[in-house]
Amino acid sequence: MEVRELVKRYPKAQTDAVDRLTFAVASGEIFGLLGPNGAGKSTTIGVLTTRVRPTAGQALIANVDVMVAPQTVRSLLGVVPQRNNLDRSLSVRQNLLFHAAYHGVPKAVRTRRAEELLEQFALTDRANEKPELFSGGQNQRMMIARTLMHDPSVLFLDEPTTGLDPAARLFVWDRIRELRASGVTIVLTTHDMDEAAALADRVGIVDSGRLLALDTPAALVRGLATGASLQVTVEPVGELGVAGLLDRLGTLAGVQRCEQIATEAAAQSIRLYLTGEAAAMVAPVAAAVAEVGGRLIGMKICEASLEDVFIDLTGRSLR
Amino acid sequence: MLRSFGSVLRRDIVVTGKDLVAFLAQVLLQPVFFLFVFGKLLTSLGYTSSGYSDLLFPGLVALTATVTAIQAMAFPLVAEFSWTKEIEDRLLAPLPLWAVAAEKVVFATLRALVASAVMFPIGIGVLGSIPYRADGLGLLIGVLLLGSLVGACIGMTIGTFVPPTKINIAFALIFTPLLFTGATQYPWPSLAHLRWFQVLSAANPITYVSEGMRAALVPNIPHIPGWVCLLALAGSLALFGTLGMIGFRHRAID
Ligand SMILES: Nc1ncnc2c1ncn2[C@@H]1O[C@H](COP(=O)(O)OP(=O)(O)OP(=O)(O)O)[C@@H](O)[C@H]1O
Ligand SMILES: [Mg+2]
Repeated sequence: MEVRELVKRYPKAQTDAVDRLTFAVASGEIFGLLGPNGAGKSTTIGVLTTRVRPTAGQALIANVDVMVAPQTVRSLLGVVPQRNNLDRSLSVRQNLLFHAAYHGVPKAVRTRRAEELLEQFALTDRANEKPELFSGGQNQRMMIARTLMHDPSVLFLDEPTTGLDPAARLFVWDRIRELRASGVTIVLTTHDMDEAAALADRVGIVDSGRLLALDTPAALVRGLATGASLQVTVEPVGELGVAGLLDRLGTLAGVQRCEQIATEAAAQSIRLYLTGEAAAMVAPVAAAVAEVGGRLIGMKICEASLEDVFIDLTGRSLR
Repeated sequence: MLRSFGSVLRRDIVVTGKDLVAFLAQVLLQPVFFLFVFGKLLTSLGYTSSGYSDLLFPGLVALTATVTAIQAMAFPLVAEFSWTKEIEDRLLAPLPLWAVAAEKVVFATLRALVASAVMFPIGIGVLGSIPYRADGLGLLIGVLLLGSLVGACIGMTIGTFVPPTKINIAFALIFTPLLFTGATQYPWPSLAHLRWFQVLSAANPITYVSEGMRAALVPNIPHIPGWVCLLALAGSLALFGTLGMIGFRHRAID
């Protein structure tokens, strides 16, 4: 799957919803598109799933241009949209069966597959009820089960776990990992850093329609100028005051920069941004605090995460 | 592709089949009252002549066919595109876009044909007898089929061009004139002395369905010739079919 210089500007919009996006997804990979609201994630998925006409650029799935042969592309892909679009006039089971029928799955196959998927997604008990009576999480499960009915080789999941409780979220994660294991290529969008880090083989960070970075979660974090950090709480700060303590800590080898982050009564919290590993810095920091007469009352190691990558790239937090 | 198309059509039939009674009640209540009050009651009270029901019946069948088709198309289309998003699953099927639109037209036409067919036994029940001519059967079927198709395409045009939030007001503004300029309650040639209204009515496709029905069932009443009706309906079909398709494409792809 490949996207080249993709641009989408909606009619009457002032800016491009997707702005010269270029990336490729290998077969069998889980690719995460990570970005805040309005970043253009759904629009990108819309183009790839033949529902949005690009203003410029190209999108290919299995080497087929989505604009040139939309029908061929649609037979390959499965889509779980951000918004519930289940057929409310049909029961859960019928939703699955008709979806497969639209995709030309033979009757015997779709009947068997529907029962398997209902079972797997814990929907068998209520298979004859209408979807409108179900909770958001159940609807999400139904939409995933539905799209698996025609055995897609590329799966698009637009914010598959938004609004799910922790257990349901883990359930969906497990299904996604199983699908990858069975060879399905998966593109998922999320604005949850942890989800991107936990699931995706590679993550593309998008903001305002532009791709800011693309790599494995580990490489993105490693690429940060700042690595891990240490949060140190002291009380009292010692004879040189906060400024003196900051000076002293700042000169330690392995500390890139330090700043005061909070004051609570006499206690001071200081954050040390490190160039190397955090654990190795614990002893030198403790010694330095003691040296100026301070007393250490807390220390916390904070590993860098995609959150830091995002802040580094955009200068603001996602949450 | 044919199999997918068949499945999409089957979905609509299954859903309608679940409340067939509601469907028939919805489309037939109005024409039944029309038949009863104008065809039966007014005649028996002496306000209209006894031949009036023969003239009214073909017009009401025409109206039922077209109006049913428009409604069967426009309302579900608006809901499926904007509120329920239900249509997305079909738009993502390996079918060309036009086939998804065509299925909607076929289904709305089927509904309209069923509703107009049921009008015949009801007509017999309410009026005692209805005009019927075996010779006119071909024309009758042709006119009803084309009329239903035109209605479906008008419904698709309205349902895709009017913003969802304005659909109610649009229907009020479009429907009433459509209902009363379709020559359903009187033959179109009889409007000769009210020229402006006659011209206005000639622009309404329903006029040709009503007149075509009269040409088929009661040819002794002055009417627009059957072939003119068929031609006018074919032209309307081309026009609204194109407009509806443009609107559908517009709604289906951002
Ligand atoms: N159908 C549309 N018509 C006009 N503008 C649109 C349409 N859909 C999206 N947009 C605009 O395009 C931009 C990108 O929207 P998009 O839905 O792709 O973002 P997203 O990354 O999926 O956000 P979210 O996390 O909120 O789902 C937004 O500014 C949005 O307002
Ligand atoms: Mg989105």
